[in-house]
Amino acid sequence: MKLITAVIKPHKWEDVREALETFGVTGMTVSEVSGYGRQKGHTEVYRGAEYDIALVPKIRIEIVVEDEDADDIVGIVVKTAQTGRIGDGKVWVSPIETVIRVRTGDRDEAAV
Amino acid sequence: MDTGLAAWVLICSAMVLLMTPALALFYGGMTRSKSVLNMMMMSFGAMGVVAVVYVLWGYSMSYGGEDVALLFANPFDMFGLTDVAMDDAGAGTTFPTVAFQMTFAIITAALVSGAIADRVKFSSWMVFVPIWVTLSYFPLAHMVWGGGFLSDAAGGLADLVFPGDGAAAVAPIDYAGGTVVHINAGVAGLVLALLIGRRLGFGKQPMKPHNLTLTMLGAGLLWFGWYGFNVGSFIAPEEFPYGGFSDLGHALAGEGGLVWINTTVAAAAAILGWLVVEKVRDGRATSLGAASGVVAGLVAVTPACGSLSPVGSIVLGVVSGGLCALAVGLKYRFGYDDSLDVVGVHLVGGLVGTVGIGFLATSGGVLYGDGVKVLVVQTLVALFAMGWSAVATLLVGLLVKVTLGWRISDEEEIDGIDFAEHGESAYDLTTTTGGRQSVLGSHVREGASA
Repeated sequence: MKLITAVIKPHKWEDVREALETFGVTGMTVSEVSGYGRQKGHTEVYRGAEYDIALVPKIRIEIVVEDEDADDIVGIVVKTAQTGRIGDGKVWVSPIETVIRVRTGDRDEAAV
Repeated sequence: MDTGLAAWVLICSAMVLLMTPALALFYGGMTRSKSVLNMMMMSFGAMGVVAVVYVLWGYSMSYGGEDVALLFANPFDMFGLTDVAMDDAGAGTTFPTVAFQMTFAIITAALVSGAIADRVKFSSWMVFVPIWVTLSYFPLAHMVWGGGFLSDAAGGLADLVFPGDGAAAVAPIDYAGGTVVHINAGVAGLVLALLIGRRLGFGKQPMKPHNLTLTMLGAGLLWFGWYGFNVGSFIAPEEFPYGGFSDLGHALAGEGGLVWINTTVAAAAAILGWLVVEKVRDGRATSLGAASGVVAGLVAVTPACGSLSPVGSIVLGVVSGGLCALAVGLKYRFGYDDSLDVVGVHLVGGLVGTVGIGFLATSGGVLYGDGVKVLVVQTLVALFAMGWSAVATLLVGLLVKVTLGWRISDEEEIDGIDFAEHGESAYDLTTTTGGRQSVLGSHVREGASA
């Protein structure tokens, strides 16, 4: 089993969700996060005073999948979240030891 | 009091009273989310304490019968509003007049709070306010509107410069409070900001507005209330014909209508002035700029609305909007933390209006070929008002500083004054699923009726 974590641009979130749903992904955990990479932040001006906003808003998606689906799902996320401009985000995959479904107590593949 | 005028003045009083909660919204939106309640409480606190003080000795000190050295009136003469007439049988003071003037004192005190956001003890503010209105606001109201030193009274400032027969040859003009309200509040804000010191992290950490929708709503409500402020400042002449009007009804309709139009176009033009400065300087026209422009224009036209033409008011508005947009940057240059720009908007706007009358007044203005006498008088009156306000504010500010102290602790300031001073937090957005339903969780399901 793998944990796929994707940090993407907020405005791409709906597209990614739709594409994953079409592929058959049935659940995920999503959070609003802040961060920056090479794009750095942006500037806002209030009554003439400039503020450098270092952190920009991002969406983090976490999905637990079976091993054989991981590459496909990563491909879908990368394809849908891509704009080609700086700040598109990152996707990474990590191995998982054990997964348990809380409702039934099912373990591992049965719980994914 | 004339029945129509009495009804109008009572409505105006309610409108001006609404300006203080409106100011709470305007200021509250500009603070950080951890200090919005304290900011709004400073306005509500001013409503609480000034209304009571005004009934007790405020009105008497401003407009009571016994003048003291042209600076204020005997506070005990009409203490608790004794001798106020219940009907219009006599020529004396009536309650609607008191009501109207009371609301001006309240908002002036509340205006000052914007200069010292996020960092002062609420109790210190509540002690400062009644003493400050007593030493600064009530005397200035008496001097300007109560027949004192800054009116056209014999022996007054204008009379000393241009002596006339029993009164000054050139009367100072302050229709609704350019000196008494705005210059006064602006100077007080500056003095307190210097005395109390900067917020922790001022100029280094971001202190951007947390909710500009509140600020824009507040600006809109201020604008609405300002019609009470300016149009309600019509003073019934004692004799007719007056200004070409045969009776009170026509005079109120004529002058009141002009004041309404002038008030409106000055605010409108100041929005444009402020936004043009922003577009040129920063590249974008902002919502905070529009809200600030409204207030800058209204401040400037406050003293001038009765003596300008509509076109003159547009000119005044553009100038005030543009100058205030530039002036709000001064605090970074000189390092004083006038947190919400009371100086940049109210002092600068008040000066633009008060001195601008000297140029733009249709009767007496430089631009109308009437010489510089009005300009000289207006400038001197503005300077005197600034001096009085500065000294009075410094005295009261120092008194509070050495007794109660102004600042909350550094730790409390960093954690947020709302919790430290009031034990509350403005927004409950962080409880799990308690309020933070964001764009993430919400989309319209296909086929569902939204």
